[in-house]
This record gives sequence, structure tokens and C-alpha cells, in this order.
Amino acid sequence: MEKYAIYVPRLVTRRENFAPGHRACIGCGEALAVRLACKALGQNIIIANATGCMEIVSSPLPNTTWRVPWIHTLFENTAAVASGIEAGLKVLARKGRILDLDTKVVAIAGDGGTSDIGLQAISGAFERGHNFVYICFDNEAYMNTGIQRSSATPYGAFTTTSPPGKKSIGQVTWKKDMPAIAVAHNIPYVATACHSYPFDLMAKVDKAMATHGPAYVHILSVCPTGWRSPVDLTIKMGRLAVETGVFPLYEVEYGKYRLSVDLPKLRPVTDYLKLQGRFRHLSEDLMNEIQQRTNTEYAKLKEKVG
Amino acid sequence: MVKKVGIEVSVAVADAAKLANVDVIAAYPITPQTHIVEHLAQIVADGELDAAYIPVESEHSVMSACCGASATGARTFTATAGQGLELMHEVMYVASAMQLPIVMAVANRALSAPLSVWGDHSDAMAVRDTGWIQIFVENGQEAVDNVLCAFRIAEDQRVLLPVMIHLDGFYLSHVIEPVGFPEQSEVDQFIPPYQYPLPLNPDKPVTMGAFAPPFIYSEAKKVQDVNLRASKEVIMECWKEFGNRFKRHYSPVESYRSEGTKVLLLTMGSFGETAMTAIDKMRGEGKKVGLLKLRLWRPFPFAEIRQAVKGAEVLIVLDRSLSYGGPGGPVCSEIRSALYQQEKKPQVISFIGGLGGRDITPAGFEEIITRGIEISQTGSDQEFELFGVRE
Ligand SMILES: Cc1ncc(C[n+]2csc(CCOP(=O)(O)OP(=O)(O)O)c2C)c(N)n1
Ligand code: SF4
Ligand SMILES: [Mg+2]
Repeated sequence: MEKYAIYVPRLVTRRENFAPGHRACIGCGEALAVRLACKALGQNIIIANATGCMEIVSSPLPNTTWRVPWIHTLFENTAAVASGIEAGLKVLARKGRILDLDTKVVAIAGDGGTSDIGLQAISGAFERGHNFVYICFDNEAYMNTGIQRSSATPYGAFTTTSPPGKKSIGQVTWKKDMPAIAVAHNIPYVATACHSYPFDLMAKVDKAMATHGPAYVHILSVCPTGWRSPVDLTIKMGRLAVETGVFPLYEVEYGKYRLSVDLPKLRPVTDYLKLQGRFRHLSEDLMNEIQQRTNTEYAKLKEKVG
Repeated sequence: MVKKVGIEVSVAVADAAKLANVDVIAAYPITPQTHIVEHLAQIVADGELDAAYIPVESEHSVMSACCGASATGARTFTATAGQGLELMHEVMYVASAMQLPIVMAVANRALSAPLSVWGDHSDAMAVRDTGWIQIFVENGQEAVDNVLCAFRIAEDQRVLLPVMIHLDGFYLSHVIEPVGFPEQSEVDQFIPPYQYPLPLNPDKPVTMGAFAPPFIYSEAKKVQDVNLRASKEVIMECWKEFGNRFKRHYSPVESYRSEGTKVLLLTMGSFGETAMTAIDKMRGEGKKVGLLKLRLWRPFPFAEIRQAVKGAEVLIVLDRSLSYGGPGGPVCSEIRSALYQQEKKPQVISFIGGLGGRDITPAGFEEIITRGIEISQTGSDQEFELFGVRE
């Protein structure tokens, strides 16, 4: 890993297809993740973007951040739009109306656009087997509309629609396992990634691009605004999510699991939770509960890796 | 002209899409549209049409996939009805605002609840303001002709707007009618190859669907309205050209035995044919009544409507949908407002009928006309009358 980290940066393209000048908040992990993903995606792509932070910060008329073809229509339909683009390109190439450039269609969306409102469209597109890459940028809430809970919001977290109070601990449900849902579709490639592991992230996006058929990459993206975390700790926060086992990095190729960062010993989850305002209200008991659950889930994952 | 064959109208509509050599079809089944998409699936499976057929998982995704496909420069077709059209609703605004020239056949169906698979125009009226060009057809031949015209109109560089062809569910979609099809070569000449000006293409990156801050949203909407209105000229031009080539003529408002009559009935869709029978009978009895058929629903043909009602004293409008708690029939209220500023105008009387597949026979139309004349003389405290309803 260390050596890799020294040499690889030189191989990474300097070209920014997600160009600077966009309007993301200071310390935005999602913008960083999109930027890194774009480096791996290259230029022979068409992006379909769901409504959400990344769409809004990148495309206020008459400006655009995108140096690749990009389309936004709505919030919940991005996988379907991507399906149409993929089918359109394929048939036009077959009929000789465009050059067959093997252009890849890439759908990008937030956790809300993916694991909640867009889930049906994604399931349909995976099941139909379109040749496309779907990347979920998971900042664990509906950030664009002001930090409302999604099914990807972690247990106990404050959001504006899961506020802690006398009768509530905050978010009362456990994070939906979206990568597992993707795996259940028997698609060729599923991976988790985080912007705090940039080379791992880019390598996975590369693999997704090289996959024939649907590929799904789920990227944890730290959102200082919504997580109430210091803007200068975005990278550290992503690392802690991984090192505590809260968000393990792994890939699933044709159903076969592999851990990308194998940790002999997990750090206590409090290292991660205590740096974030959204967990500030959690009692010791609740933190213990989260620790237990994290251990169990991590053990289950290790079992799958075998 | 090619000789006519007896064919189910749904199958004929699918064959028209095939003649137009569509590239992408995205579809989700719903009665009474199913025969259209089933037949298309078969045509593609048999290799008679080289197209991508995407069996999408919902109508929301149908319209979304159509948007994606159309944006690559692929000629895109779909069909739906009732609840399916409702589920597409949100995406339909995107298709028109982003100028994606999708063609869609709608086998008009009532809306739940109570569930009804039968025909009326509630689905069409709910998507009135989605910014699509909308044409109502009366029989199988008109359906085929107008599906062909729809591609030429939609893809015209001066238009680039999606087009809906409304055909009544069951009454039209499921009947077998004599239909004449043009030759493939004739269609190829009539519909030029689709050239989308700025398709999604890595060689020339475009940003499509950027968001509009308040300083520019109104302007974007103004452009959209101006474009839709201006499309009327292209529609007329297309119908004229179609008439020249295929000898069947279409116009935004069609008049039947209306000259010199003081009483007019106006319908949309397949009821026109039944109404003609009623008009013939009444004319035979010396009653001076005529018929108007509104074919072009959007852009609304203001000038043609005003012209068509000149000299009439009573205009009875039959709607097939209801604006609950509102002015009655949506078509009627639009016509009223189109005529309101005119110095001389007929009394406009609103009837609603044919809801959820309820038939109206020629005798029924006679009754509507007679009752309409009566209301014009006595007045009424009702906004509209629901024809044939049991109280
Ligand atoms: C049908 C519909 N419902 C709700 C919204 C409002 N809305 C826009 S973006 C968004 C949240 C996006 O959350 P997520 O997908 O997680 O992306 P993020 O902004 O967090 O990156 C919501 C609720 C919408 N645009 N469309
Ligand atoms: S709210 Fe969060 S995800 Fe959205 S731009 Fe700001 S930091 Fe990024
Ligand atoms: Mg989010």
C-alpha cells in the first residue's frame, strides 16, 4: 500500500472532468469522490446524474462543471435514463448511425436517489443487464434538501427528520445494506469505496468501467455540513469509518467477496462517532449498541470473504 | 394507394411505428395499450424491425428511458394509458422542456379509483400542460397516419418536441378497422432521418438538464411556450404534405355538415364517428345541426376554433372527463375561454359523458343535442350536465 501510494499519483491524470469552480461546501467529501471517480472514468463516457447535491453544485445555468457529456432529468429515475442512453447508443452503433466507440454510460446519484426513491429503477436496470456503471455517492442523508434522513442514515444519527428528543434517539433504523442489494441482483461487479482511499477508489471505478454488464460502486462520502464534522477532517473521517469497521471496503466480483483493506483489529467506533455533531447526543449505551452491531456486521462480512 | 386491410387498431399503430423505423422502444404493459407493445415486441423478436426494446419496470422508467434514448439521437417510441400515463407525468415535463422528440401513443383510459380499464379522457386531461404536442384521432386510419406524422413533426428542427397521439381505449384500440398503409419507401421519404442537433456524445460534451435559478427560469418557460405555439405551423405543413402524398387530409378542427347551422356539437376522439350518424339522422329530419371535431389539442387551435363556430348560436361541447368541483369539462372550459373575448359567439353548453367506457349511441347524441338546445333557451343553474347518469 505504501509504495503504491508513492508511485501511483504520477499515473493519475491531471485532467479534471469535474472541473473546479463548482459550488460544493468547503470540505465536501462527495465533490472529492466525484472528482476522483471522474479521473478513473475518463472521457469516453456519458453521465446521467440524479437530482442531489452534486447535480445542484455543478450545473447552475448558464454554467457547468462537466467536461464530459452529462444529463440530469429527475431525482429517482437515473438508472432508467442510463438504460435508455445505453440502449440508444447500442442500436445507433449497430445501425451504423454513430461510430461504435464503446462509450460507457455512468449513472451517479446520492444515497437517497439510490437506496430510497431510485431503488426500483436501479433494480430494473440491473436485472435487465444494461452495460453501465452505477455509482452511489453516499453521504448518509438527503443533504441537498437540508439533511433529512434516508435509509442510508446510520443508527442514532441526528438529521432534521430524525431529530433526537425526549422520545427519540435520532435515527431509529440501521443503515440499509445497499451493496448487498446490488449483489443480490447477481451483477458482475459490486464494490465499496471511500474518497479517503483515493487509489482504491479509482482502481474500483476502473474495474467497474472494464466490467461488461452492470457494475455498482458505493462510495462513502463525508459531508461536513450534514455530519456536523470539522471541514478539515473530511479525509480523516473517511479513514476512521473504514478503520472502525463502520464502513468496510470490499469488492464482490461475480459473487466472490474480497476485502480491500483488511484490518486485524478494528478501532473502537467511538473514535469515529465522537468527532461528529450528528452523534453528539448518543449515550454510552447507544454507542455500545453501535459497537456490537459493527462487530457483528464485520464478522459477517469476513465470513463472506471466507 | 395501397389497398386497405382489416386490422386491429393497436396492431396498426405498432406497424406504423415499425414503418417509421424506430430505434428504441421502452414499454410497460397496461390495458388497453397492451396489444401495441406486445406487437412491437414480436416485430423486434422476429427481426422485422432493428430496434432496442427495453421492457422497463414501470412507466416512470419508460419515459425516463425514452428521454435517455432520445438524447442520444435515437428515434424513440412508446405507448401507454391511464395509470401508466399518470406515473409518467413528472417525466413528461422533462421530455418537452429538454426538447426530446419522443412519440407516444395513448390508448385513453379512465383513472382509478374506482379502478376502470375502460376508456375516457381523464388521463389525457391530466397531462394537458406537460408541454407535448397532442393530437386526438377518430379511427384506425387516422391513428396510423398521425403516428407517422408525429415523427415528422416531433423531429422537425423547428419543433423538437414530443408528440402524443390519443386514441380511445377499446373503442379504438381494440376494434378491427380497414386501414391502408403506405409503402416503406414512401414513409422513408416522408419522414427524414432523425438528426438530433446536440446528442449526448463524448466527442462533443454537452450539459443537458442544468438547473435554472430564478433569473432565467421564466425565460426558459417562455421559450418553451413560444416553441409549442409555433409548432402549429409545422403541424399544418406536415398534414398538408401528408395530404399531397397520401390523399388523406387533416386539420386542427374538422367540421362536418356545419355550414349555415346554428347548432354545433363538438367532440374529440372516436365519438366523432358516432356523432356523425346522429347528425345525419337529425339533418334528414330537417334539423339544422352540425358537428365539430377537435383534433389538435396542443397547441390549442384558437384561430381555427373561432373560425369554425362563426355564425353558430349554440355550441354543445361533450367532454369525456370531469374537473371535479370546477367548471365541468376541461375541453369546454378551454373553448369558452377561447371565445370569451369574441364579439359574436355562441352559447357554450357543457356536457360530460362516456366516462369509464360508458357508451353513447347515436340516439344518445341526439338526446344531448336536443337537451343542449333546450338549455340554451331555458338556461341552467348547473355548470354542466353528466349525460345518462343515474341519480
Ligand atoms: C420526486 C422528488 N422528490 C423529492 C425531491 C427533493 N429532493 C431533491 S434532492 C433530494 C435529496 C437528495 O439526497 P441524496 O440522493 O442522498 O443526494 P445528496 O444531496 O445527499 O447528495 C430530495 C429529497 C425531488 N427533487 N424529487
Ligand atoms: S451538503 Fe454535504 S454533500 Fe452537499 S455539497 Fe455540502 S458538504 Fe457536499
Ligand atoms: Mg445523500
